[in-house]
Formats: sequence, structure tokens, C-alpha cells
Amino acid sequence: MDIEETKLPGVGLRHDFVTERGRRVGVISQRNGDRELLIYSEDDPDACQFVVDLHPGEAEALAELLGAPRVIERLARMREQVEGIATEGIVVGAGSPYDGRPMGEAQIRSRTGASVVALVRRGDVIPSPTPAQVIQAGDKVVVVGTEDGVRATAKILASG
Amino acid sequence: MHAATLLLELGAIIFGLGLLGRLAGRIGISPVPLYLIAGLAFGHGGIVELEAPAGFLESASQIGVVLLLLMLGLEYSAGELIGTLRRQAPVGVLDLLLNGLPGAAAGLLLGFGPVGALAMFGITAVSSSGVVAKVLSDLGRLGNRETPSILGILVLEDLGMAVYLPVLTAVLAASGAWEATGSVAIALVCLALVLVLALRFGAVISAFVTGQSNEVTMLRILGLALLVAGAAEVVHVSAAVGAFLLGIALSSDLDEEAHRLMEPLRDLFAAVFFVSFGLTTDPRQLPPVLVPALVLVVIGIGTKLLTGWMAAERAGVAVPGRIRAGAALIPRGEFSIVIAGLATAGGAVDPRLAPLAAAYVLTLAVVGPVLARAADPVGRAVGARLGQRRRRAAAKARVAGE
Repeated sequence: MDIEETKLPGVGLRHDFVTERGRRVGVISQRNGDRELLIYSEDDPDACQFVVDLHPGEAEALAELLGAPRVIERLARMREQVEGIATEGIVVGAGSPYDGRPMGEAQIRSRTGASVVALVRRGDVIPSPTPAQVIQAGDKVVVVGTEDGVRATAKILASG
Repeated sequence: MHAATLLLELGAIIFGLGLLGRLAGRIGISPVPLYLIAGLAFGHGGIVELEAPAGFLESASQIGVVLLLLMLGLEYSAGELIGTLRRQAPVGVLDLLLNGLPGAAAGLLLGFGPVGALAMFGITAVSSSGVVAKVLSDLGRLGNRETPSILGILVLEDLGMAVYLPVLTAVLAASGAWEATGSVAIALVCLALVLVLALRFGAVISAFVTGQSNEVTMLRILGLALLVAGAAEVVHVSAAVGAFLLGIALSSDLDEEAHRLMEPLRDLFAAVFFVSFGLTTDPRQLPPVLVPALVLVVIGIGTKLLTGWMAAERAGVAVPGRIRAGAALIPRGEFSIVIAGLATAGGAVDPRLAPLAAAYVLTLAVVGPVLARAADPVGRAVGARLGQRRRRAAAKARVAGE
């Protein structure tokens, strides 16, 4: 899949590519943050059949819908693959003692044996976070470990 | 009593412009032609003659030109300008020559003299980037594959204006060939210098004008624009070009917020500029120039169609897209009026140039967007017809081969 990038002077950037089924789709990123979703016409490959204007929030929501389920799918598959190992996405609550603190301070691995493999923040995945990575309320901490270890991690993140 | 008349007349003008702008939005055209008509109707020789706010309108319209060019410069960053210049320079030159030369020829034929012909070159050459960009966005064509070519031409035309305007002002003001050459050289050196400065130090200048509050930022940008424009005028480079260059210098790093801050100011003063151009143009002079204006309109449509066709073909776009590109470029607008205003202000050029430019812009600013819309079905029909012919020719060749 080749994503083509084209500069649109005075407007912003356009990215587009052709899907396996032969449809050209693209996105215009305007300078003010607005996005346009483009579906090109089948009869005239130079013109758009559909153009959807998206505000920044809407574009983010759409990206999440398109991207997030794949992360969850992958996690679900991982969970099925290895018996006896639990994978959990733990959401950091607003009252968590680690809200705004580096993850290393929670000492999750030494206290529970479970490993933090990723952090999901507003749809963005931060893979293999370092101990210095600051956790925020609302983050989803993806941990892998024994069932007990995962449960203990959830408890640490909730109440220290 | 004078204050009351001034406020009343000014209020009536601006309120009237608001109504016209709404009307233009309703019928889906650019408000510029309506502003011009309003100016024609209420100026010297019009239906009602307004006298009191003349002094204010004159200053405001000069600020209008400065702001129009400043915002135009802000649209494109120096990187975009240079990148487009590298990729599309031949198309830009072709565009200016194809569209400008008929205008220049018409200027000579009508007896405007060489300076008038130079002004007519600019008036017919430059598309209205404001109208074209709006039409493309309204018709949902920003994603189309011919659009980068269209936008590229607009960028190059604007860059061409940065070279052309100082040449025109120098020629208009100069008493001799030497003086004119000197001013033009100064202008071109300034242009090159600003492009380099903008690439290197744009962030510094942007940080300098950006204040803590909107008010501070707005005042700093406006003040700096007027200072630079005035300084440019002192060295005979044309205030408009000074503002344009400042815009380019600021564009890379100034955030979108600052653009939005300046837009209402630009809208107000630019509207006053268009009205004021209409006011100073005597509508009784329109009928005699109507025929040459309409001939130029027809030629202007043809040459822009050709330009768009060639630019889109160069980008590997098929026939319907080439027709769309050409039709989108047809509207002329603000810059033709800026040029006509500059040319006639000093009295160095035949006064018939102003009504000619007004008639030309009025027609194309209205007809252009309509043609751009019509280009979609027309392009598809022509594309289908050509495809059919090609298929038939291929079939014939196959039969002959067998």
C-alpha cells in the first residue's frame, strides 16, 4: 500500500492511496485542523465521489473507530493464544495515586510480577512504555501476567 | 453637522455592503462584483452621489489593498512558494503569457499606450485566488487530482504579482527609463531578500508580532504591515508588495489563530476598497468600453481553459479533470481591480482603463463560478465522447489488422 502525499498550497496536505479492491481514498489535512475524508469516483479517478468534512474531534473519533478495534482484536487474540497468562487493559481512574506520576514509581513488575506492555491514551498506543513514562487519569494500562498479578496491578493503580 | 453626515453616509455604505454580502452568499457568488456595482451606483455620475466620506474612503481603501496583499502572503509559506516554483514554473509562465498578452494587445489597440498595455496585461492575467479557492471548496473539489495544479497556478500568479506590481508602480511613477530600471532592481532585490529572510528567520518575526492577547497581536500585525507597506512605498516598491512580502515572512510560523484575527479587518477594508474603486469610476463611461470588455472576457475564458488543460495534462489528469481545471481558473477579481486602481490613481493612464477593468471583472467574477460548476457535466460528456471515439478507432484498427 503506497500512501501518496501531495502538498496543497494554502490548504494543507492530502494523503491518498488505492485500496486492494481498487478504490482510491484519501484525507485532506487542513491547516486549521479540519479534515476532509475523500472517496474517489470509480468512473473518473481524478474526481471525488464523496467528500465528508470533519472537525478535529470528529476526525479523531473516526480514526479511533477505524484503529482502536484492531488493538483490541489483537489483544483478544493474544489472550486466547497463551493459557494461564492474562492480559488486561486497566483504565487509570481519576483518583489514582499514580495520576500524573512516572509509571516506575508504582513498581508494578517487582510487586506483582506482571509487565506493562503498552499504554493507550486517547486512542494513541504507546508501546513498551519506559519507567519514566508519566501516567494520566484516563490512560489504559495494558498489562500481561498471571491472573493474580493482573488483579494486583489493578489494585495498585486504583489505590496504591 | 459634518460629523453627522459622515457617520450617516458611512453607516449606510457599510450596512449596504452587509446586505449585499448576504445576497451574494444566497445566490452563491463572490460579493466583490456586488461591491463594485454598489460603488458605481453611488459614486460620481451614479444614481446618488455621496460626498462626505471621500477622505475616509480613500485612506481606508489604501489600507484595504495592504491587508488584501498581507493576507495573500500569509496564505502561502515561503517553502510552498519555492517548492511550487520548482515544480510548476513553466506552467506559471505560460499562464501569465497566454492570459496577459491578449490584454496587453487590447490595451495597445485601444490606444492606452505602453504603460496602459502593461496594466492591461496584469488585469487579464491574474485569476482571483480568493474566488477560485472558495469555488473549489464549495464544490468539494479540494481532493480532486487536478486541484494541486490549479492551486499551483494561483501560487505562481501571486508570486508573479510580487514581481509585476513593483515593475508597474515603478513604470507609472518614473520620469525616465533609468529611474524605472533602478526601482525595479530595488524591488527584485527586496523580494529575494525577504524570501531568504522568511525561510531563515520567519519564526523570529512571528514571535515578535505574537502577543499575549488577541488585541496585542492584531495591533502589532496591522501596525507592522502598514509600516512595511509605507517603507516600501518610500523606496518606490509599492505598498502592496511590501505587505505581500511581510505576509510571506510571517506565514510559516504564525498560527492559524492569527489568520482568523486579521480576516474581519481585511474583509472590512477590502470591501471599502472595492466600493471606493466603484465610486471613483463613472458608470457613464461603461457603455463605450462594453464591447472591448466582452471580447476580452471571451478571450479570457478561452485562454484560462487552455492553461488549466495544459497544467492538468502535465499532472497526468484525464480529460474531464483538465476541463474542470481550466474552468476553475476563469474568475478574475480583486487583483485586477488593485492593478486598475494603481494604474489610474496617478492619472498616468487613459481613464477608460478603470471602467474597462470594472466591466471585465464584473462579468468574469459572476460568469467564472457558474462555468466552474458547469465544467463537471461538460467534462464528463466530453470525456465520454473522446473515450467512445478512441474505442471505435481501436475497434477499426483491430478489424483492419484481421
